[in-house]
Amino acid sequence: MATKKGALDRVLAQVKSSSVWKSVFRHEYQDTYRNRVLQVSSNVFLHLHPTKIRRHALRLRFTWCMGGTTFLLFLILVVTGIILMFYYRPTTEYAYHDMKYLQFDVPFGMIMRNMHRWSAHAMIIAVWLHMFRVFLTGSYKPPREFNWVIGVNLLVMTMMLSFTGYLLPWDQLSIWAVTVGTNMGRATPLVGHEGPFADLIGVDARYDARALLTAGRLVGPATLLRFYVLHCIFIPVIASVLMIVHFWRVRKDGGISGPL
Amino acid sequence: MADIAAPDTAAPAKAVDKVVAKSKAKAETLPDKVHTWPYLVRLEMLVATFVMTGVTIWSIVIDAPLEEPANPTRTPNPSKAPWYFLGLQEMLVYFDPWYAGVVAPTLIIVGLMVIPYIDVNPKGNGYYCFRDRAFAITTFLFGFLVLWIVLIIMGTFLRGPGWYFFWPWQYWDVHKTEALTNVDFAYALGFRGETASMIVGGGALLVFMVAIPAGLWAYGKNRFPTFQKLGVVRYWITAFLFQAMVGMVVKAVLRIGFNIKYIFASQWFNI
Repeated sequence: MATKKGALDRVLAQVKSSSVWKSVFRHEYQDTYRNRVLQVSSNVFLHLHPTKIRRHALRLRFTWCMGGTTFLLFLILVVTGIILMFYYRPTTEYAYHDMKYLQFDVPFGMIMRNMHRWSAHAMIIAVWLHMFRVFLTGSYKPPREFNWVIGVNLLVMTMMLSFTGYLLPWDQLSIWAVTVGTNMGRATPLVGHEGPFADLIGVDARYDARALLTAGRLVGPATLLRFYVLHCIFIPVIASVLMIVHFWRVRKDGGISGPL
Repeated sequence: MADIAAPDTAAPAKAVDKVVAKSKAKAETLPDKVHTWPYLVRLEMLVATFVMTGVTIWSIVIDAPLEEPANPTRTPNPSKAPWYFLGLQEMLVYFDPWYAGVVAPTLIIVGLMVIPYIDVNPKGNGYYCFRDRAFAITTFLFGFLVLWIVLIIMGTFLRGPGWYFFWPWQYWDVHKTEALTNVDFAYALGFRGETASMIVGGGALLVFMVAIPAGLWAYGKNRFPTFQKLGVVRYWITAFLFQAMVGMVVKAVLRIGFNIKYIFASQWFNI
């Protein structure tokens, strides 16, 4: 074994000293304290992390890794979502046909759609489990109170993203699920036309809380466009801003929680 | 941890370097610190690979549903909201839409957001421990697992046409009907007049939402250190949210077990 390893080392050394290797990798990576820190602090993506973390942040039994998984699923949803946007038109004439087109004609269209839908469901479960873990470890306690509040807002945003996306296939499942969901809007106290005290405000079916959401009295063409914009631009932008604050606060509030 | 590089030991020339070297050494000798690179990044890479593989396999094996084109003139029976809202849809059996669909979700969201501000217990910060915060964890587990997860499972699998309850082995009969003999709370107690019913129903509601917490406060404010620590404002916010949550269960039990439709019925709103 020893000679074999020696042989391998020799080959590696030869490869590393070749002009091709040297043209790609300008210098060696030395596994030193300084380099480990620089690897994180001088990398724009990794520097989301502190250079050092508490040891139990590595224990999956403590973290469940659900916050990170939620973020990863969000990134998968952004990528697959952008790909789907190339083939989808948010009008009642085309939306359903574009789904069929995606499923049967677009190369890898079906798997892109599947990944988008299943990742969305997985993200909802992941975000619930993240909240569950944070609660069980008491990680919302001082100094992390406000970050918990932001987290609750992100939870709502996740469900709103999923709900607005639910309508876009424009099939029976979509419109009736969204009809059931948005029907609640008209029962809103004061600002829904069937809600308590609606007559005090004077709202009607065309102008009330539900009509604001569905852009009219029915879940129709205007609703589809409205939900499309909410789903692809409006909510993702708000969620992204909240995520920036959320991640930043994790650092500012002392990193991952642990016994005080 | 032998595999963590030792701090730079080169003799610092300037005073500033000395301070830097000292702080570095301090961080390094902390027993619970490790380098993000490679330990955390490596773990994240593994988990990400695992999740992406899982989602890919899931997407290869199971296709996303696509039903027939949207048809506003044909309502399917049952019409269900997306699965993650089915706990709220279940609440529609027990409450009017203004409460089940608007006020209850608002209370859930607001209730979640105020948790850090009403939980004054300093223990259990950053570790798993049931004993130090039995009330908080029990309440949360009940709300999350029973009132949210179980109701979602029930709404997905056990609620069929007409939102009737079906066991998994029962056929979803679209013609199923059940005679509803529900009456309001005051009516069940024998009160027939509209005003008398409102007084009785409203009284019952006030007892549940106000008198019980008030009684508990009067009893406990000088006895329980927790109550003193909470203070009157935090106590009432906690009590209101807690009673609202328990009230949903109470209402469900009254509706299923005793055919009670509304506790408080009026021309403006019903609860």
